[in-house]
Amino acid sequence: MPVRAARAAPEFVPRVRHPLERWLRTDRLPHIWCSGCGLGTALSAFLYALDELGWDPDTVAVVSGIGCAGRVAGYLRLDTYHTTHGRAIPFATGLKLAKPDLHVIVFSGDGDLFAIGGNHFIHAARRNMDIAVICVNNFNYGMTGGQLGPTTPVGARTTTSPFGNFEHPFNLVHLAASAGATYVARCTTLDGRRLQKALVEALSHKGFTFVEILAPCPTNYGRRNRLGEGLDELRYYREHMVIKHGADPKEADIAPGKPFLVGKFVDIQKPTYLELYQAKAREIGGEG
Amino acid sequence: MPAKTILTGVHFMNGDEAIAEGAIAAGCRFFAAYPITPQSEIAERLAWRLPQIGGMFIQMEDEIAAIAAVLGASWGGMKAMTATSGPGFSLMMENLGLAVMTETPCVIVDVQRGAPSTGLPTLVAQGDMMQARWGSHGHYEIIALCPASPQEAFDLTVKAFALAERFRVPVLLMTDEVVGHMYERVEIPPEVPVAPRRRPRVPPEEFLPFQPDPDLVPPMACAGEGYRVHVTGLTHDERGYPDMTPEAHDRLVRRLVDKIRLFPEEYTFYEEVQLADAEIAVVSYGISARVSLGGIELARKAGIKAGLFRLITAWPFPDEAIHKLAQRVKGIVVVELNLGQMSREVERAVRGLVPVHGVFHAGGRIHTPEEVFQGIEEVYRRCR
Repeated sequence: MPVRAARAAPEFVPRVRHPLERWLRTDRLPHIWCSGCGLGTALSAFLYALDELGWDPDTVAVVSGIGCAGRVAGYLRLDTYHTTHGRAIPFATGLKLAKPDLHVIVFSGDGDLFAIGGNHFIHAARRNMDIAVICVNNFNYGMTGGQLGPTTPVGARTTTSPFGNFEHPFNLVHLAASAGATYVARCTTLDGRRLQKALVEALSHKGFTFVEILAPCPTNYGRRNRLGEGLDELRYYREHMVIKHGADPKEADIAPGKPFLVGKFVDIQKPTYLELYQAKAREIGGEG
Repeated sequence: MPAKTILTGVHFMNGDEAIAEGAIAAGCRFFAAYPITPQSEIAERLAWRLPQIGGMFIQMEDEIAAIAAVLGASWGGMKAMTATSGPGFSLMMENLGLAVMTETPCVIVDVQRGAPSTGLPTLVAQGDMMQARWGSHGHYEIIALCPASPQEAFDLTVKAFALAERFRVPVLLMTDEVVGHMYERVEIPPEVPVAPRRRPRVPPEEFLPFQPDPDLVPPMACAGEGYRVHVTGLTHDERGYPDMTPEAHDRLVRRLVDKIRLFPEEYTFYEEVQLADAEIAVVSYGISARVSLGGIELARKAGIKAGLFRLITAWPFPDEAIHKLAQRVKGIVVVELNLGQMSREVERAVRGLVPVHGVFHAGGRIHTPEEVFQGIEEVYRRCR
């Protein structure tokens, strides 16, 4: 049996800063998210996207609601606003209208954006408010202990659906497209590069844009539905996701055990609220 | 010809329109609201005026969104306002708390109408006064002003913006349907000073966004100015970072309260009419105070020396002024369009020195001078 050469002791490497550190409030780390949670991947894809866009950080503002995903804002070394539950979008609307040169991004979760905040989502999409909305969908309310949410599949067990969920979930892609979003994509946290690309496209697209990020919540949703660890959920994504660009949003339903669509569903242009407002304001004498 | 920002001159306008013009004169360039009677004239006027003078108007999907947008706009660096009536005011309560916690200057107008619930949408009341004080959850301090005429609606709107910036607090303009819809002479001066926002005086790397100045109010860095501030409704420290300890919470909540309570001379306004020789004082506010003048006239004709103490600032309540008033008169009558809200504050401040009698009506109409007179007579009889 050949004797393996002993591995050389690692040389002392001076601490190297992570390339994404410039976007983070490193004094707030470690973050609060559980191991196996998809939020870390979603956040790093978002930061890689910001890096790729090369925007001046002082032109970017991130608004969050409440929940696990709502905590993203607090870790970013940007102008960040951790608002009330469900109200990130109208807060972002005011911020954008007051300072049109800012890139205003809403980063929040499925419960925050589509249950308590659902009305604001559809109206911001309808009026084509020039903001990007990133939704990390983990199919339940993680922060409060794993209750059912507006995307929980029928039959799924949560702390408030102990006998299985009796409600039909939203198809967020279809909802966003129907409400008037001008860019709609869905990715999973398995696929960091595709996610980054979708985020770059959504952030640089004019008008109301939406990216849904499917993410594991092994602590709450995964455990109660016997989905295993975070890694097992990623494996599930690999086995069930079907990449298809330009698919009909109506076909983007997600049901346990069935294939589901990821990709870019909508990519159109139409005038934003600000464009219409500012054009008229110039005409009637104001600067808008 | 470009639209004027300040409509200097003499106008015939209603209270709602005067509020809209007061806001513009005070530098407000952002207004978000949801339609509701009897507030609509404010929104309609600003929808017409703001786009012409470089401001932003947006009609939101509900009052929750309206106040959220106002907070966002304030952090975007604008002076911002919303306006509503009772049902919408109820919906705004959660984000009123966010405004308090994040020290976001803004102005919220409540044109009060008959309530509870849908109540009397087109008719007057003053039933939201306690909600203005305690409507959001938790312990906090706000400032609320009550105009009694269209002219005062203009003047107090200007004042509200100045106080909002001075204290970094939401300021409530608690008006009512009659003042809102009453047309009167409104004089708009040639110039109105625009209250400055308290700006950071150190570079971003040294700036602590919630480190207060000696007067307990921190300077405010808005979005896009390079300070990269984290703003949260969670209990936070001077850096703006969440701090979930009882010590941090007590420190923050006390400061938010004290930054206002310690400076009453800056926001306590009231008017005294015929109080010099008065034996009976009528304490009232808004439209009820004007009606009370008629009751006081009847009382004087009947030989009762009565006078008016008109609350212009409802919150924080002017405890000291009311207590001093109680030392000067033999009895107090409180006239308001609810079944006793500010009267409880009056009783508290009077501390039993003299009898306090309420002349209440749940709303739908203003009091008659005779009703006020009867209230004055009643107290006069009791304290002789």
